[in-house]
Amino acid sequence: MQTRIEINESIVTAYLSGEIDHHNAPEIREAIDECIISRKPKRLIIDFKDVTFMDSSGIGLVMGRYRLIENTDCKMAIINLSVHAYRVMQLAGMDKLAVLKKKPKEEKNNEIA
Amino acid sequence: MKSLNSVKIQIESRSINEAYARVAVSAFASQLDPTVEEINDIKTAVSEAVTNCIVHAYRNGLGIIYITVNILENSVLEIKIRDRGCGIENIKKAMEPLFTTGGTDRAGLGFSVMESFSDKVKVRSKVGVGTTVTIIKRIRGRASLV
Repeated sequence: MQTRIEINESIVTAYLSGEIDHHNAPEIREAIDECIISRKPKRLIIDFKDVTFMDSSGIGLVMGRYRLIENTDCKMAIINLSVHAYRVMQLAGMDKLAVLKKKPKEEKNNEIA
Repeated sequence: MKSLNSVKIQIESRSINEAYARVAVSAFASQLDPTVEEINDIKTAVSEAVTNCIVHAYRNGLGIIYITVNILENSVLEIKIRDRGCGIENIKKAMEPLFTTGGTDRAGLGFSVMESFSDKVKVRSKVGVGTTVTIIKRIRGRASLV
């Protein structure tokens, strides 16, 4: 479980990995928030490519970050969601708050283990 | 319905055990040959229920979470997650989407997620005694994909 953050001028990209649950969400949140507060980016991208599991703590994580930037000019995008994570996000109506994008290859064959 | 096989797991209400609980339940369910998506559904529902025990039921200290998994006829999985915590005053309210007493980073969607990733969720609770959440899910299995 490690969050890698890349800063490219006014774009902050957070690469999440491993499992997102109530146990490890705080650590991810702190890493992202520290960067948002110090850098004040124009764009926040949260990349879920290496996330292997997510429950509603993932929704809380995205919603909390949205609240942090909603009164600024920063836009948020959530990318590389697995089919499962996408379903969880959609359930919460997160598609109304941020751009959601699925992992390209998973759109077709998500049932192959 | 008759139970064909069952397992009981007891864990301390430490957040690090959330991962163990969902993996243990899904490993037991694997004998029903679930699809990848069904495994994810089981893990997510268990994770929500166990997190509720830790965040709400035992918010004032450590307690034991009792998990019973039964395999019933027709590939029905029954997961009972019980605590001896504070209990829920208003179950209907607790199950409403977006309702939370857990602060700004809890989405208030635990029960909604449990409900949408299973076939049925039953909640029994008594204030000061504890709560039992029962999650029912029929596993169609990988054979259903062919």
